[in-house]
Amino acid sequence: MTSSTLLALEAVGISFGGLQAVKKVSFQVQEGQIKALIGPNGAGKTTLFNLITGMLRPDHGEIRFQEQAIQGLPPFRIADRGISRTFQIVQLFGHMTVVENVMVGRHLRTRAGLLAAALRLPWSRREEAAIRSQSLAWLDFVGLQDRADDYAANLPLGHQRLLEIARALATEPKLLLLDEPAAGLDMTETERLKELIFAIRARGISVLLVEHDMSLTMEVADEIVVLDHGELLAEGPPRDIQRHPAVIAAYLGRDWEKE
Amino acid sequence: MEKLAELLQYIFSGLTNGAIYALIGLGFSIIFNATAIINFAQGEFVMLGALVVIAFSALGLSLPLALVLAVAAVTVMGLAFERLAIRPARDATAISLIIITVGGGVLIKGLAMLLWGKDAYTLPPFSGQEPLTLAGATILPQSLWIMALTLLLVVGLEAFLHFTILGKAMRAASYNPVAARLVGIRVSQMVQFSFGLSAALGAAAGVLIAPITMGVYDMGTMLGLKGFCAAVIGGLGSIFGVVLGGLLLGVAEALASGLVSSGYRDAVAFLILLLVLFFRPQGLIGRRPLRSS
Amino acid sequence: MARYQRWLQAGVFYLLVALSGSLLPGTYYVTLLNLIGLHIIIVLGLNLLMGYAGQISLGHAAFFGLGAYTSGILTATYKVDPLLALLAGLLLSTLVAVIVGIPALKLKGYYLAMATLGFGIIVAIAFQQMDWLTGGPSGFMGIPPFRFLGWRFQTPAAKFFLVWALVGLILFLSLNIVDSRIGRALRAIHDSETAALAMGVDAQRLKLLIFVVSALYASLAGSLLAHTVNFIAPSSFGFMFSIKLVTMVVVGGMASIWGSLLGAAVLTVLPELLAVFHDLEVVIFGLILMVVMIFLPRGLVRGLLDLWELRRRKKQGR
Repeated sequence: MTSSTLLALEAVGISFGGLQAVKKVSFQVQEGQIKALIGPNGAGKTTLFNLITGMLRPDHGEIRFQEQAIQGLPPFRIADRGISRTFQIVQLFGHMTVVENVMVGRHLRTRAGLLAAALRLPWSRREEAAIRSQSLAWLDFVGLQDRADDYAANLPLGHQRLLEIARALATEPKLLLLDEPAAGLDMTETERLKELIFAIRARGISVLLVEHDMSLTMEVADEIVVLDHGELLAEGPPRDIQRHPAVIAAYLGRDWEKE
Repeated sequence: MEKLAELLQYIFSGLTNGAIYALIGLGFSIIFNATAIINFAQGEFVMLGALVVIAFSALGLSLPLALVLAVAAVTVMGLAFERLAIRPARDATAISLIIITVGGGVLIKGLAMLLWGKDAYTLPPFSGQEPLTLAGATILPQSLWIMALTLLLVVGLEAFLHFTILGKAMRAASYNPVAARLVGIRVSQMVQFSFGLSAALGAAAGVLIAPITMGVYDMGTMLGLKGFCAAVIGGLGSIFGVVLGGLLLGVAEALASGLVSSGYRDAVAFLILLLVLFFRPQGLIGRRPLRSS
Repeated sequence: MARYQRWLQAGVFYLLVALSGSLLPGTYYVTLLNLIGLHIIIVLGLNLLMGYAGQISLGHAAFFGLGAYTSGILTATYKVDPLLALLAGLLLSTLVAVIVGIPALKLKGYYLAMATLGFGIIVAIAFQQMDWLTGGPSGFMGIPPFRFLGWRFQTPAAKFFLVWALVGLILFLSLNIVDSRIGRALRAIHDSETAALAMGVDAQRLKLLIFVVSALYASLAGSLLAHTVNFIAPSSFGFMFSIKLVTMVVVGGMASIWGSLLGAAVLTVLPELLAVFHDLEVVIFGLILMVVMIFLPRGLVRGLLDLWELRRRKKQGR
């Protein structure tokens, strides 16, 4: 597969108080790649997501997206560049309906301002209709079309995770960050999630995911990055990671062989 | 030399008012730390303190007895206020609680107007009318009373919170209600107690200032807002901060009204409030970020 | 479907207002209806800010006052055309809203409440103290009626028409904003600012935008007040009025446009009804504020619906 680099982290680090949460981490995500980030709790995975999406600013190092430095940009600008995400602890707009949640994802790619909206100009009405139909299409893509008019807060967790994915996809990202998308899902839901991740890649969107479900990770990921105590421990295709002695010692342990 | 005396004069009057603001601000701070509520009725307890002590003294009670009884009576009203207005609204949002306490303040003010009318009443000073002279500036004995008793109350409050079981329980309930409940502290009782304590401090401010400003039913609102400014300026989480905030505020006001224009006296407090909020929202001495709602 | 229903509601509502405006005897009721209209305009804006964007303001009386004094002073003292004066008021309010809003909207919860409170009181004090310009505490008199394209809105009926035409316009704009890309983004910020940012919503800019919009509504209402009552005094624009505005929003129901109309109407009429109690008026007003907030914290309409629902369930349970 010939591909170019989409996201590149170079010696990225951040500390909170005295604690070095992420230490000189460097890795890359190629276009069209599914990459997984694994490591024990507290290894710095979610922190890394927050650094990439601009929720946190790194103390040192560089984060490049499509050849351009993005560290320190506000989150909404990074979303505009083409990075979207889901959250480990689901962050939906609970008082809004399912389809409205996805429609917020279209915010970036549409432009009706206050005046156009207040006056209900014809072009803004057309745009609004397009936003709705595109959003319904994304709901269809993740399989939530039946729940479009329910309140987001009333969905079961599995559906909420899917809705977060649909909302993130609606921003038309080039790179999608999934933070533990399988947490709280049952076996069939996890199976469907796996297919969904492949379908997302098939649309030309790269995926970087944090996941504790090892069988899922090993099946979907092209490459895996292992973090431990904020440091990069190993990087490579799933086969190599499974055999990597340091990884086995630090994280996977003996139990993993049984899974 | 004359300029210096004039400056000193402003500082004396500023410190007097500042001590009052500090007492009122401490009332805000105690309730805020216990419940994360801003009690906009706080100023009305100051008014009640002033009017009740005047009433007791008019009945012929000796001044010290009238003072103590007035503070005690207003403390009971503070406890009742919590029981009747705050506890039934336990699950209310911050905005609803703001409106409830404002409504409570309006109600108390209205009742005071029915009871006392719109007249202003005087209370004789605690001792002597003759101003003392100090480095060319004069100071009323009542100002000395205010500063001394404020100091005493602040030290007493600090000692109460750190050295008594009840005070420690209150602090525990405010830092971590869940853990406090687990060790057997009745948090709802602590909340009610914080309202009583803060009403007592407000009433103390009221009885202290009554000989200087006279007591009238609508005196509380502005004093309450000033005390609130003092608390935010110093940092709601720290007793020392609130006292510092009150004194700074009092002096800044006195200087501004003396040197610039007396009409904008009240604006100074809120201008400083804005500057502090914009540049140092945790307050000058804020140690920990306060709960945001 | 829902949209046509909404316009139908608006139509019925207007018919009622117009009927009451023309049928009620004397100028007293028309003046009261006008006041309700002005309060509705402010409350609609404040509800966009509080109910939709989730940002509180305890200082909106200041913008009401800025509009009123700009219109009053420019038309009475400097003989400026009322329409130009109104626009000048809007411009001034925008400027002030931007200057205050940029630092203030970085604060959250109680801190934002404190900052807007401080701002409101400073402006109210300025109205009192700049007596060479505003007439000071005794008020500002002699404001001419509004003129527009050769029309003079001098009679109570004409003023009624002017105020309620603008209420209609503001209602139309607000319903549209709520139902748009911008309204959606505002509600998103209210529910989860983190997620809204991650979806590409520039939360800070939007909060400022809606703060300015709400200031513009209040300023417009202020200008209209100046031209309908022809006399303004600083006591109308103080801390208590800001609180009253917030109460109108909450009593009507946060994030409910139609509730705003109800909240504004109820809290404007209530003091008039209570006036028969003379000195008791204030006491009863305070009591009602507390009782409504304690027992119906979600507002009058939703609160009563909740109570009804509760009763129904209890009955079924038996």
